[in-house]
Amino acid sequence: MSESQFGSKAASVEFQQVSKIYGKTVMAVDSVSLHVEAGELVTLLGPSGCGKTTTLRMIAGLEMASSGSIKIGDTDVTHVPATDRDVSMVFQSYALFPHMTVLENVSYGLKISKMKKAEVLDRAESGLELVGLSGYGSRLPSELSGGQQQRVAVARALVLEPQVLLFDEPLSNLDAKLRRQVREDIREIQTKLGLTVVYVTHDQEEALAVSDRIIVMNNAVIAQIGAPRELYAQPVNEFVADFIGEANLFDAQVTDVNDTLATVTIGDMQITIAANGNAVGPARLAVRPQAIDLYDVGEPNSLSGVVRKASYAGSHMEYQVETAAGQVFVVSDAETDRTVGADVCLRFRSTGPVLLPPA
Amino acid sequence: MNKSTWLWLVLGLIGFCLLPWYVQEDGLWGFEWLVDGYPFDPDYAPALFLLMQGEKLWLLPLAFWLLLPIAAIGNSPKTVRYKANVLLLAGVLGLSWLAIQGYSIGLRGWNYEALATLFGPLDDRQYGMGAGALLVTAAFLFILTTGIAGRGAVNGDVFVVGAIGLIIAMVTVFIFFPIVQMLSSALRDNDGTYSLGIFLAKFLDNKIWGLNCLQGGTRCGVAWNSLFLAVLVGFSTTVLGLAFALVATRSGFKYKKLLRALTVLPIITPPFVIGLAIILLFGLSGSITQFVAELFNLQPTRWIYGLPGIYIAQMLSFTPIAFLVLIGVVEGVSPSMEEAAQTLRATKWQTFRTVSLPLMRPGLANAFLLGFIESMADFGNPLVLGGNYDVLSTEIFFAIVGAQNDQGKAAVLAIALLIFTLTAFYAQRRWLGKKSYTTKTGKGDGGMHVMLPRRVLLPCYFIAMTWGVFTVTVYGMILYGGFVETWGLNNTLTFKHYITAFGIGYNDFGIHFKGAAWDSFWTTLKIAATAAPLTAIVGLLTAWLLVRQNFAGKNAFEFGTMLSFAIPGTVIGVSYILAFNVPPIELTGTGAILVISFIFRNMPVGVRAGIASMSQIDKSLDEASLTLGANTWRTFTRIILPLMRPAILAALVFSFVRAMTAISAVIFLVSAEYNMATSYIIGRVENNDYGIAIAYSSVLIVVMLAVVGLMQLLVGRVDTRRRLSQSESKA
Ligand SMILES: Nc1ncnc2c1ncn2[C@@H]1O[C@H](COP(=O)(O)OP(=O)(O)O)[C@@H](O)[C@H]1O
Ligand SMILES: [Mg+2]
Repeated sequence: MSESQFGSKAASVEFQQVSKIYGKTVMAVDSVSLHVEAGELVTLLGPSGCGKTTTLRMIAGLEMASSGSIKIGDTDVTHVPATDRDVSMVFQSYALFPHMTVLENVSYGLKISKMKKAEVLDRAESGLELVGLSGYGSRLPSELSGGQQQRVAVARALVLEPQVLLFDEPLSNLDAKLRRQVREDIREIQTKLGLTVVYVTHDQEEALAVSDRIIVMNNAVIAQIGAPRELYAQPVNEFVADFIGEANLFDAQVTDVNDTLATVTIGDMQITIAANGNAVGPARLAVRPQAIDLYDVGEPNSLSGVVRKASYAGSHMEYQVETAAGQVFVVSDAETDRTVGADVCLRFRSTGPVLLPPA
Repeated sequence: MNKSTWLWLVLGLIGFCLLPWYVQEDGLWGFEWLVDGYPFDPDYAPALFLLMQGEKLWLLPLAFWLLLPIAAIGNSPKTVRYKANVLLLAGVLGLSWLAIQGYSIGLRGWNYEALATLFGPLDDRQYGMGAGALLVTAAFLFILTTGIAGRGAVNGDVFVVGAIGLIIAMVTVFIFFPIVQMLSSALRDNDGTYSLGIFLAKFLDNKIWGLNCLQGGTRCGVAWNSLFLAVLVGFSTTVLGLAFALVATRSGFKYKKLLRALTVLPIITPPFVIGLAIILLFGLSGSITQFVAELFNLQPTRWIYGLPGIYIAQMLSFTPIAFLVLIGVVEGVSPSMEEAAQTLRATKWQTFRTVSLPLMRPGLANAFLLGFIESMADFGNPLVLGGNYDVLSTEIFFAIVGAQNDQGKAAVLAIALLIFTLTAFYAQRRWLGKKSYTTKTGKGDGGMHVMLPRRVLLPCYFIAMTWGVFTVTVYGMILYGGFVETWGLNNTLTFKHYITAFGIGYNDFGIHFKGAAWDSFWTTLKIAATAAPLTAIVGLLTAWLLVRQNFAGKNAFEFGTMLSFAIPGTVIGVSYILAFNVPPIELTGTGAILVISFIFRNMPVGVRAGIASMSQIDKSLDEASLTLGANTWRTFTRIILPLMRPAILAALVFSFVRAMTAISAVIFLVSAEYNMATSYIIGRVENNDYGIAIAYSSVLIVVMLAVVGLMQLLVGRVDTRRRLSQSESKA
C-alpha cells in the first residue's frame, strides 16, 4: 500500500437518549447514549437482534431516530437524511452496483459531489491502490472474488473522506481464513488515515482484536462501554461477563468490606478482591475458566468437587466440575490429566475473579 | 427556499403569464395561437392578459396563491416548519381554487342554479384547461408536496413526496373522478335533479335483473347473462389452464416450448379476432357449418351467435391467461412435499390428490377470478358473436351509441358491471392478493417434480392437443381469410382486401398511402408509441414507491393504483365520456384521451412487473447510493432504472401491444380525427365487410409479433453489449 492522498475529516459521533421504534411496538434501540471520539475505532458488539444494525443505520441516516438527538462533529444531524450526511457505509452484502465497473463504483460518490473529472479518476485510482486493487478498475463486480468485492466496497466508501465510516458485519461473507487478514487490513487503514470507524459485529473475538473501544449491546440497550481489556477484566454485569469470553458465575457472600477490598466466601473458600461497590451480603462473582486451577484433594482454602466431563481440545483441556457452588467450567493445560469421576479441588488465580457491581 | 420550490414557482408563473390559459382547438402541441392574436385574443390569452383586460376575474386569486410563497418567505431566514406551512397553504389554496372555479363556471356561465341565485347571473363562460392552466396546476401540486415533505413526511424527501402526490393526483383525476362522475349521472334524472328513487328504478330494471328465463320465458336480465357466462368461462379456463400447466411442467411432453409460446398469443391478438375466426368456422357460411350441412344435408343455422359462440371465443382467448397464472402455481409446489408424501407410501395419484392439488387451491381460485373478470369485461367477442345473448359490456355500448343515446342507462349498466368485477377483484385481493407478489427466491430445495399419474395425464394431453389444434386452425383461418374473396360464397383467392386497406400509390408528391386503413393504422401506432413509455414510467414509479418507500396510507395507495385492473374498459369508456366532455377537463375527441385511457388501463400490469423485478434488487444497493451522497432521484435513475432494464422493456412492449389491441374503452373514445385500428375493424365487421376486417387483423398480429420479437432480441442484446464493451475497454 502506498502513501495515500486521503486526508481525514474524522469527526466524533454522539448519541443522546436515542430510541428507535419500528411500527408501534418494536423497540429496536432503547434510549441509547454513546460517544465515539474522532479517529477512534469503536465496535458495536452484541447478540443477533440486539439493535446493532439499527444503531449503525441511525448514524448513517438510513433510519431516523424516533426520539433523542444525534450529533456528528458539532452538527446536530438528527433530522438530516443519509444523502446529506458525510458518512459512508460498507454493507454486509457489499452492495456493489452490478451494472457498473469497479472504477465506476468507486467514482460514484465522487462524481456526485461535483468534483472535476480528472480528480475523480485520480482519487478513485488511488482508492483502489489503497486497498490493493489497482488494475482491477475495468472489471465488473461479478468478476471479482468475495474478498476483492469487499475491498472495492471499502475503497468506494473511503474515497469520499467521510467524517465517519461504518461497517456492518464486514467479515460475515468471507471464509474463515480471510477474516483475520481483512480485519487487520481494515484496522491498518483506519489507523493510517485516522478515520472514525464504527464497526458492527456479533463476534467477540473480532471485536476484541480490532477495537479501541467496544460498546456491548443487549436487548436494545447498552450493557457496557469500555476498552477491550477493561471489558474482559472488569465486566459490569453477568451478560457482559458471559458474552466477552466465557465466565463462571457464582453466588457468593461478602462477609466484610474494608475500604475498597471485600472478603468473599464461596462454599468453603474465602478470597479477598476489589469490592466494586458491593456491601456486606449476597453478591455475584464472575470467574474466567482459564483463571481456575485444579488441585488434588486436601488443598486448603479451596472448592472441592468431582470431575463430570473432561475433553481434550488440542491446545488445552476442558473440564466440567461439579461443586457445592454449582457446575464450574475449567480450562487448563493440555498436560493435566484428570479423569471423569475424580475428586479435585479448585482455586482461583489472584487476578481471576471479579465481583459484579450490585444491580 | 430550495431550488425545486423556485423551479415550480417560476413554471407556475410562466403558465399563468405566458401560456394560453384555455384549451386550444389544435391541441396541446398546436402553436397556431402564437401567430394569431396572442397574447390579447381571449381565446389564446394567458391568464395574466385576460385579467389585464378585465376578463375572467375569477382567475385572479390564483395569482395571489402563486405569489404567496415568494412574499411570505422569499429568502428570509424563517424556520423550516414555517416555510413548509406556507408552501402547504399555497398549494392547497391554489388546487382548491382551481377546482372550485373550474366546476362552478362552465360553457354556459354558472354550472349550478344555486350559484346563479347566490351571486347573480354571470354573462361569461370558460372552456377547458389549456397548457397554462395545466402548468399552474402542476406547480400548485408540487408546491403542496414540497410543503408536505418540508413538514417531515418520508424523511423530508421532496422527490418521493412529489412522486406520491403526482400518482395520487393522476389516479384521482383519471380513475376515481370519472367513476364518481358516472355514479352521479346514474343518480340524476333527465332534468339533472338527483333522485335515488329513479336510480333504483333504473338499476333494478327487469332488463338487467329479470329472471324470466327460469320461468319458461325467453330472456333473463343482462346481468344474469353476464354472470352466467363469466362463471362458466372462469371455470373452464381454469380447468384448461391447469391441464396445460400440468402438461408443461410434469410430463415428458416434447413440445413444451411450443405450449409456452401460446401464452404470447392473447397478448398480441385483438380480443375480437378469435370471434371473427369462429364466425369463419361456424357462422352461417362458415367452413365447418357448410361441410356438416352438405354431409348430413341439413339447413345451416345461426346457432353459433349467442352464448355458444361467446363462450368458445372467450375460452380460446383467456385460457392462456389462466395457463400463465397456473404454471407459476404448479411450479411453486415444492417437490420435496411431493417426495415426502411418496416416502410415506402414497401412490402418484394419492400424492396428487392429497398434496399437490390442495396446495394449488389458492392459485386455482386466483385463475378463476381472473377469468371471471376478463369475461365480464370482454367487449369484442360479444359484439361480433353476441346475437340475442345480451351481456352488460355490449349493452353499455348500445345504450350510448344506439338511437337511444341514454347516458344514464349506460351509467346504470356500468355500475352493475362494476359491482361484479370489483367484488371479484376484492375477493382476489382479500384471499390471495398478496401471494401473487411474492417472487420465487432462488432457494430451491432441490428435488424433481413428480410426474403426473396416468389417469390425470391422459385427459390433460387430450385437452391440450384438442385446444392446440383448434388454436392453430383459428389463427390459420385469420391469416388465410384475408386472401379470400367472400368467405363461404366465393372462395377464390385475391389480394383485393389488402389492396383496399393498405394500397400504396404514387403521385406528384411521392408515396401516397391510399389504402383505407392507413389512417387508423398510423394513428394507432402513434398513440400506442406515446402511451407505452408513459405507462411504463407511471407503472414503474408506482412500483418503486410501493416496494422501496414507506409512507402513511401506503395500503390505500396500493389499492387505488391496482383498482383500474378491475374496471372494465367499457366502464372506463363511458365514464371518460361523461367526465371529460365538458370543461374544466375537456378531452373528448383528442388523442390525449386515448393515451390517458391506455395509461390507466394498463398501469396495474406495469406496477406488477415493476414490483416483481424490483424485489429482486437488493435494497442495500439503494442505501449504498444514498450514503455515498446521491439523493433519491439520482438513486432511482442511476441505480434502480438501469438494473430494471429488462422489466422496463417488458412493460414497454406490453403497454404498446395492449394499446394496439384494445377495443372496449377505445370504441367510446375514438373520433373522426383519431380513429384506431381496432375500432376501424369493428366498423368493417358491422358492415359485414369481413375481408378487410380479417386482412387488417392479420396485419396487426404480424406487426405485434414483430414488435415482441424485436424487443426480445433487444433485451438479449443489452447484456451482451455491456459485456463486449467491458472486455474491449479492458483490452
Ligand atoms: N425494518 C424493521 N421493521 C421492524 N422491525 C425491525 C426492522 N429492522 C429491525 N427490526 C427489529 O429490531 C431489532 C433490532 O434489529 P437489528 O438492529 O437489525 O439487530 P442486530 O443488527 O443487532 O442483529 C430486531 O428485533 C429486529 O427484528
Ligand atoms: Mg445486524
